[in-house]
Amino acid sequence: MITVRNLSHRIGSAEILHDLSLDFPKDGITAIIGPNGAGKSTLMGLMARLVPIQTGKVEIDGHCVAKTRTEALARRMAIVTQRVGVASRLRVGDLVGFGRWPHHHGRPRDEDHAAVERALAAFDLTELRDRFLDELSGGQNQRAFIAMGLAQETDWLLLDEPLNNLDMYHARALMARIHALSREGGRSVVMVVHDINYAAAWADHIVALENGRLAFEGAPREVLTAERLSRLFGMEIGVEEIGGRPTVLHHA
Amino acid sequence: MSRPLLLTCLALAGLVLASVSIGAASVSPWHLLSDPEGTKLLFLSRLPRTAAAMLSGASMAVAGVIMQLLVRNRFVEPSTTGTVEAAMLGLLAVTMLAPGVPILGKMGISAAAALLGMAGFLALIRRLPPEEPLMVPLVGIIYSGIIGAGTTFVAYQADLLQYLGTWMNGEFSGVLAGRYELLWLAGLVAGLAYLYADRFTIAGLGETASIGLGLNYAQTLWIGLVTVSVVTAMVVVTVGAVPFVGLVVPNIVARIMGDNLRASLPVMAGMGAGLVLASDVLGRILRFPYEIPAGTIFGAVGAAVFLWLLLGPKRRAR
Repeated sequence: MITVRNLSHRIGSAEILHDLSLDFPKDGITAIIGPNGAGKSTLMGLMARLVPIQTGKVEIDGHCVAKTRTEALARRMAIVTQRVGVASRLRVGDLVGFGRWPHHHGRPRDEDHAAVERALAAFDLTELRDRFLDELSGGQNQRAFIAMGLAQETDWLLLDEPLNNLDMYHARALMARIHALSREGGRSVVMVVHDINYAAAWADHIVALENGRLAFEGAPREVLTAERLSRLFGMEIGVEEIGGRPTVLHHA
Repeated sequence: MSRPLLLTCLALAGLVLASVSIGAASVSPWHLLSDPEGTKLLFLSRLPRTAAAMLSGASMAVAGVIMQLLVRNRFVEPSTTGTVEAAMLGLLAVTMLAPGVPILGKMGISAAAALLGMAGFLALIRRLPPEEPLMVPLVGIIYSGIIGAGTTFVAYQADLLQYLGTWMNGEFSGVLAGRYELLWLAGLVAGLAYLYADRFTIAGLGETASIGLGLNYAQTLWIGLVTVSVVTAMVVVTVGAVPFVGLVVPNIVARIMGDNLRASLPVMAGMGAGLVLASDVLGRILRFPYEIPAGTIFGAVGAAVFLWLLLGPKRRAR
């Protein structure tokens, strides 16, 4: 379980998170949703110690994120963020290989090679393994970085908007893959998702943020209602039940 | 051994042979080994000169690629980011204020100045928009121009301009046994960087990816910056900076082999050594028996290659 207690965060005079306390249940997929500027990525960055915590506390399976050594945390959780800037000129296979670095620090063993093969296969990257990252499309790049996080084989996998840049085929494939991991692999996944229907279809738990505060949380079926979503996003949103799960109609 | 590394080693061996057999005194390779005078020439002048060219080329290439990965920009190197100029300024200061300091002390002060210069550059480019990668080398060239102008002014006032000339323009004709050995230290520092090859490669993925993989990013950054400044200072102090080595060599090698330093760093070092040695050999032949400084030759060729890298055929991208 990841526990967040009294977490507040400011950037300059702007308050990004306000005294946030919540739990991310172990096992399954938790989707963080909310409008732009709600503090989703900041929360993710604080949990993954990418951003130093100002006030409050985050614990991951009982280990305080602020006090645990960063090498040790890298064996408990993997984080994949939104890419910005120029891609490095690494081969896909080498990049995914670096996902094992926290475990071997430069001396890969057989199990490390096997984990890399599994991650490459999981994202249809085996054929692209010798290509350089700067010779790939945005979506292929994205998949390569997620594969690196997967190869890390940690209990927790944190994904910040993993569906960006992906076409429908690969977005669904990624969600199915993550779902399978959380079921069979015993991994817990926390992800920031913009398209609520992916959250509705695949997540076990929803956390909705609004202005740095918790708006609501719970199982998709219970919390993804027209009334709640309309209030959260400040627009008229309909929710229909299609194929046994809530489907959010927000396009028109 | 990978194929690029093998080719580099073979080319290097040929260049070493050429370098020891060419010089103002025409001595046949046979006499270099059999004649006592020839052997003296070999060990006092020809071999030290060859070693100096190779060591400075190799270590500057390594410094260049480390800087490129840490800055996450392909178009930077010590001589386009104020590092060389800051090293010269430190050297000038210690020459004027405490001329009695031994050479290692001078080197240390010069390295500290280089480190400061680089820290200033990093602080400056942090404000640049990440989607405009070409701004970084432009700002670097302006920044080094400003430090260089200040250095020149101080040197002019103190009547020390001739020193600047020797520090700025890499040149190996003065290299004799006993006068270049600091460069072995530069080579050693660059060699030690190989132990950090994986860490530098990961740092090249950016700070967030580095932290995610549990890398001590700040430590890696500092080790890289210290490596670059020490290497730069030692090369500037002993033979003078050879501009563009750190830029051209890593770019060419990365095009072929990519950014995984564990595989590419030895090739980069070898190619840096080879190209600087080739420039030096060429400088000895072109106006025989007079010489053109290796730095001048490499600067001219390197600038052209740099332009080609900027404007030339785009990579197969997207």
